[in-house]
Amino acid sequence: MSSRDLVLARVRRALADVPRTERPSDAPVDRDYLRAHGDRTTEQTVDLLAENLADYRAIVHRTDAAGLPALIARLLAGRGATSVVVPPGLPAEWLSATDPEEVARIPDTPELTPHDLDAVSSVVTGCAVAVAETGTVVLDAGPDQGRRRITLVPDHHICVIKVPEQVVDSVPQALERLAPERPLTWISGPSATSDIELDRVEGVHGPRTLEVVLVEG
Amino acid sequence: MRVALFITCVNDTLYPRTGRAVVTLLERLGVEVGFPPEQSCCGQPHFNTGYRHETEPLVRRYAAAFQDYDYVVTPSGSCAAMVRDNYPRIGAKAAAEGRGQELTELAAAAVPKTYELTEFLTDVLKVTDVGAYYPHTVTYHPTCHGLRMLRLGDRPRRLLAAVKGLELLELPGAEECCGFGGTFAVKNAAVSAAMGADKARNITATGAETVCTVDNSCQMHIGGTLARQGSTVRPVHIAEILASTEGDVW
Amino acid sequence: MTGTYLGMPAFPEAAAVSTKNTRLRANLRHATHTIRAKRAAAVAELADWERLRAAGAAIKDRTLRHLDHYLERLESTVTAAGGQVHWAADAEDANRIVTELVRATGEREVVKVKSMATQEIGLNDALAEAGIRAYETDLAELIVQLGDDLPSHILVPAIHRNRTEIRDIFTHRMARWGRPAPEGLTDAPADLAEAARLHLREKFLNAKVGISGANFMVAETGTLVVVESEGNGRMCLTLPETLISVVGIEKVVPTWRDLEVFLQLLPRSSTAERMNPYTSTWTGTTDGDGPRVFHLVLLDNGRTDTLADTVGRQALRCIRCSACLNVCPVYERAGGHAYGSAYPGPIGAILTPQLRGTQSELDASLPYASSLCGACYEVCPVAIDIPEILVHLRERVVEGGPASVRGTRAVIKPAKGHAAERAAMRAARWALDHPGVLRAGQRLASRTRRFHPRRLPGPGRAWTDTRDLPAVPAEPFRDWWQRTHGDGNRSEGKSTT
Repeated sequence: MSSRDLVLARVRRALADVPRTERPSDAPVDRDYLRAHGDRTTEQTVDLLAENLADYRAIVHRTDAAGLPALIARLLAGRGATSVVVPPGLPAEWLSATDPEEVARIPDTPELTPHDLDAVSSVVTGCAVAVAETGTVVLDAGPDQGRRRITLVPDHHICVIKVPEQVVDSVPQALERLAPERPLTWISGPSATSDIELDRVEGVHGPRTLEVVLVEG
Repeated sequence: MRVALFITCVNDTLYPRTGRAVVTLLERLGVEVGFPPEQSCCGQPHFNTGYRHETEPLVRRYAAAFQDYDYVVTPSGSCAAMVRDNYPRIGAKAAAEGRGQELTELAAAAVPKTYELTEFLTDVLKVTDVGAYYPHTVTYHPTCHGLRMLRLGDRPRRLLAAVKGLELLELPGAEECCGFGGTFAVKNAAVSAAMGADKARNITATGAETVCTVDNSCQMHIGGTLARQGSTVRPVHIAEILASTEGDVW
Repeated sequence: MTGTYLGMPAFPEAAAVSTKNTRLRANLRHATHTIRAKRAAAVAELADWERLRAAGAAIKDRTLRHLDHYLERLESTVTAAGGQVHWAADAEDANRIVTELVRATGEREVVKVKSMATQEIGLNDALAEAGIRAYETDLAELIVQLGDDLPSHILVPAIHRNRTEIRDIFTHRMARWGRPAPEGLTDAPADLAEAARLHLREKFLNAKVGISGANFMVAETGTLVVVESEGNGRMCLTLPETLISVVGIEKVVPTWRDLEVFLQLLPRSSTAERMNPYTSTWTGTTDGDGPRVFHLVLLDNGRTDTLADTVGRQALRCIRCSACLNVCPVYERAGGHAYGSAYPGPIGAILTPQLRGTQSELDASLPYASSLCGACYEVCPVAIDIPEILVHLRERVVEGGPASVRGTRAVIKPAKGHAAERAAMRAARWALDHPGVLRAGQRLASRTRRFHPRRLPGPGRAWTDTRDLPAVPAEPFRDWWQRTHGDGNRSEGKSTT
């Protein structure tokens, strides 16, 4: 007997107490929990997102569409970045104020190795959705976000959230918007650990600096 | 309203004063109390050590002893929780072993009428001021089974707060187990003693004259540890505080 | 990891030693008390916590009652998404499968994300025997691996180490495994995290094979979920060409939507965060992004035996958050190693004897490693009634009875070494069931009370070594009652003091 058949036979034997006529949906699951916690205006939800992002040590900036290119240029310069990874579908104007002579564009291609990425200063991406209640941005590898590795190896990540349209209140609302077949990365603040005395310290393997830009309009 | 006292084996043998206090208190509140002598032990020491089948005769004994009463009041959170949580489980397991519904039915009769003392006072008699007087500083340790199985909540504290002359002092880490745990106290004596020592130190640090609980079995462990640490804090069951009056100080 | 739990003494003996280790006690007290208050605050933020908890339990119960259905569904969705599914009946099976998969890649090194399942089966040792070096990349696992130590906590395997000890381990051991610790490393947590970052970076960048577990597997979509903090998980899940995930069969959940419950319950219970820094989800393989080859190894290893027990089954709801460890007064004092398995604390005390059986002295002692205070049940995000299962397993130890052993129904014999206790319990029950006998005993105790020793000999010493005995009163309650109230059942309203 294969291990597969063995395990499945064991499972069935173990469930001798479950009536044969019972279907999975017969086992009740009461979903009377909340879809969102608290009543907020859209503006308040965006404020909560900013607050919770900052609470987990993301650096939060707010601007409008017109101010975005200059802000990104300033953030890259402030970091002393000499190179930036650019996802294939990143809107060109986002980097329009960043001088390519000073900050080299590194396109996100399959040929880009982890070692190459390790030599890059920064990465700029959009996101799929942001969750206000938890201070989370979710990347789904969309064209303005690129492969998962580009937001992992460089030590500085600038993530742009379009507000309010990309912001949801809660985890349940976020899951509704996300496609399970896409590889997802949920990010809540920079890399951190609780492994030393169960106290949180920021900065281990992922980007140690996470800058989030909330852009309106 | 026919009310019986379930004294519990520990109180009967080692803490009769607590039983006298319950009788005094309930009679003062106008409750006629019965004491069926066939009662003995709820079976918790057996059940919690794994001897479920040895527990069954004690379930039958409990059910029979109290069958003529509307309420069974016990000065032990742990024993009340044993009846309420575990008697139905004993019944269900006996049924699963093909031994019928007898124990399930006995449990169903016993469960709704079994009350821990402070529950009976606040929920059935609906009193929080029992007219007690106790001129001492007291710290309250909420015992685990009262706290987490019976969900006594603030009932004991409300009763204590209404006692004249009593000053209630906060116990740090109050909701942590004292380390008694029945046979745990001897099977895992080292851990039990370490838990007890921490609890006793916290109790002494409050500066209270007495430590009060709803369970003398925990109290036996706490008191024994306090004594060994040379602490002068006296363990007192809540019934004894509530029984105490200006005319008859306990 | 070269350490092993094999041959460890029963819990009481191990705990008697560890409770005397003052540094261990201080480390554990500090860490568990730090997280306790934070967890309470994180949970209090959600007004619907109890409803989420009930839904989490219900989803897991639904899954468990129809586990065969969901496993087959998962197998088909993972396969359709480009993954390869393997089934392992036990640890040996799983280790063999993983070893062969790694060998097939031609690699001799793998990077690992912290995974309880691979701890449970001793995968690192099995790989080492096959000449494959497994690098643990979680900070705490790294500390354990470098220190040639054993994990002592589910979430924070090196919880028994304080920052100074960690600094010393890094300074003395890192060079053996790769890049040495920086000169003059301090014990500041940020510096220690930086040292781990530098040490592991080369390994991540060069890794060709990653090994992980998973927190959840979604049957409906074939999606796996790993919840983590440091980014080592993302490194292992996305940079290597081959990813092998070893996951217990109970980790499946029916639908994508079910994650809305668990992604709220887990972080708040575990690290007391609204959300952990990183959560990765993947469905099979994705062209040009992440591993090209994905293997899922579904692990039984005693889970179906646990499933067969209608009381113990609920232990399989566990999402490995470790909230029960952090509130447990016994864990806090005994430490994780005393539990003798990858699963310490209250959940370990009910999981290990179900996964491994209760035949060894250690495993038979685990259900007794609790005062039944119930704090674990109260914080459990999937409402596992741990005290109920503890008592249920105690029964299996002393009374024996029907149980599933490696998938076969069997009748377990009572464990050895309980004969004296059994006789005492039977005698006590007999006395308690004969009030005349009980009363005679009480009277005898009262009359001889002046002669009672302060300290008891034999087994009684376990009490009197640290605690005074209560004084036996002059008369038991029932004698007082009879004296003051007569033989009648009812009180007569007389003064009673």
